[in-house]
Amino acid sequence: MTDTVTGAGVPALFGARVYPSALEWIARRAEAFVIPLAALIVGMALFSLFIALVGKSPVLLYETMWRGGFGSWFSIQNSLSRAAPLLLSALCVALPARLGLVVIGGEGAIVLGGVAAAAIGVALSGAPSPIVILAMGVAGLAAGGIWIGAVGALRHYRAVNETISSLLMAYIAIALMNQLVEGPLRDPASLNKPSTQPLADIYRIGNIPGMDVHWGLVVGVVACILSWVLIEKTRWGFAARIAGGNVRAAQVQGLAVGPLIVGFTALAGGFAGLAGMLEVAAVQGSANASLAAGYGYTGILVAFLARHNPLAIIPVAILLGGIDASGGLIQRRLDLPDATVLVLQGMIFIVILFSETFYGRFKAFNPDLWKRPDLLKGTA
Amino acid sequence: MDATEIGLWGVPLAILGGAIRVSTPFIFVSLGEAITERSGRINLGLEGTLVFGAMTAYAVAVMTNSPWLGLLAAAFAGLCFGLFHGWICKFPKVNDIAIGIALMLFGSGLAFFFGKPFIKPKAPNLPAIPFGGWSDIPQVQAALDVNVLFLIGAVLSVILWWAFRNTRAGLIVRVVGDSSDAARAMGLNPDTVRLAATGVGGALAGIGGAYLSLYYPGSWTERISSGQGLMAVALVIFARWNPLGCFAAALLFGGAGALGPALQSVGVTQGYYLFYAAPYILTLIIMIATSSPTRSLAGAPGELSITK
Repeated sequence: MTDTVTGAGVPALFGARVYPSALEWIARRAEAFVIPLAALIVGMALFSLFIALVGKSPVLLYETMWRGGFGSWFSIQNSLSRAAPLLLSALCVALPARLGLVVIGGEGAIVLGGVAAAAIGVALSGAPSPIVILAMGVAGLAAGGIWIGAVGALRHYRAVNETISSLLMAYIAIALMNQLVEGPLRDPASLNKPSTQPLADIYRIGNIPGMDVHWGLVVGVVACILSWVLIEKTRWGFAARIAGGNVRAAQVQGLAVGPLIVGFTALAGGFAGLAGMLEVAAVQGSANASLAAGYGYTGILVAFLARHNPLAIIPVAILLGGIDASGGLIQRRLDLPDATVLVLQGMIFIVILFSETFYGRFKAFNPDLWKRPDLLKGTA
Repeated sequence: MDATEIGLWGVPLAILGGAIRVSTPFIFVSLGEAITERSGRINLGLEGTLVFGAMTAYAVAVMTNSPWLGLLAAAFAGLCFGLFHGWICKFPKVNDIAIGIALMLFGSGLAFFFGKPFIKPKAPNLPAIPFGGWSDIPQVQAALDVNVLFLIGAVLSVILWWAFRNTRAGLIVRVVGDSSDAARAMGLNPDTVRLAATGVGGALAGIGGAYLSLYYPGSWTERISSGQGLMAVALVIFARWNPLGCFAAALLFGGAGALGPALQSVGVTQGYYLFYAAPYILTLIIMIATSSPTRSLAGAPGELSITK
């Protein structure tokens, strides 16, 4: 379809004085926005039904959720803090997804990124703080990148299913962390919660000026924007999208699919590893079992809700960060188990995946019918 | 420590006993997954089904004081999860792997939600048969204390192996799994067959979960499964979709899981957490060794999305 104003010689359906591609662009964007939003609302409606069935008030629940997530400056800051690791762990799912891979073991990369960063931070203690923080970031990126990059390599060179291998590797990573934190890296002073040596205060990452949110949020947002540029505006992103559509076609075109897959999965894992580094450097101050807090799994949901679009990940991560943040308040106010938020997330996830079936089915999103409303009347 | 009395013999004995104890949930989940995958669909949600089955079994056993009612309830809950997966995957453009991941999270979330009050109380256990009664050595007796579900699982794998080859139902599942078009040409509805296969698979996974909470480790906690449902998916691939292979592979995995505790019982405590990871590492190694980039796996159902 052309960008020019149509005139003579163009099929009658497009009529005169319209901009077909612009309309189509709007229609596609509207569809990509309305369907997930509707799915989100349906998911929340189903959840209110569930809450009503267990004898609580859905109205009170959503009110509490709003208050805990976005109702005050304090809770907004809390939500943004939780969104920071979600941005990065969602990229760990979204980037490989562009190549047609379903990687769900981001939790492993988070955990190992955190341990690697903590180990480097302690080993380099005494060095100037910018160097140490940078080294910790690189260590997190490298550890996560190697871990998920290996998943990509196994996928391409050995045809090992990436969904299962990444999850198995997440369990292995957590065992590895436990071994390191209990053994060689253990701080003897950490008694009932084994941890690595605490980082010196100068190596900790502070807050964004004027906010109670650490710099990880900025890192996450920048990573999302860079990922979007990578996918949409560079030739590597273009090659990845071709390979994601059809591997054979990409190989016939002479694209180096192997390095592409390993590179994308390594970058994705690197982002998750960076999330682990930020958890250590900004939140925990040392590596311990709290690194496996489930950000990797919530990240899967964020990525799917955003339809693997890195820019859409930003608002979705903040929304889910808010839901996460309100969990504690829901627990106290409504006397519900802490798994309530998990149930909500599961329901939304199922409805979102189910909504895939509706793409291309609604007449409202068909630009041809916008231009010829009479066609719509004929079929209605 | 008792194990020192029979020296290092305690290690293989503990691994054998551990293999029998730990393998049972693997047997049920992998047989269920084998039925589902033979019909051409993959259900990664069995991990969530396992956890939810464990919770349901425990809760019902606590309330009714009957482990068997708990087992039935778990099978029914698993059936519901399986049917839901089967139903939702019928729709065009819905990805069965992604739905499986969603159901994994949802099943665990629901189990934690309803299972909270059942972390404290004690439920009656499923019975075990002491095959080691002939021996005076307590380790031998402990190793040969075999739960009835293990025996049922063993018999079930033989029955399924036979049924896939020799019965009409087995043939129908195989045809649907190998080619939807061929099945339609025979007048079969692939969606209905897959719905039934996913439902049965879910019910078996629920039974596997009941074993976890009602026998070994024998209580309901939120950490009860740790990926066994997912390992079963890899195990089915390793077993080449053959029920007898599933049984053997489940024993192997159970043995790997028992390695750490067995070595610990003779005083080897170095690398305890790494031994804990042994089943996952074993699964990964097996997957790497049995996958191939150049040929499709022998025995793989043609319609299965992970082997295409």
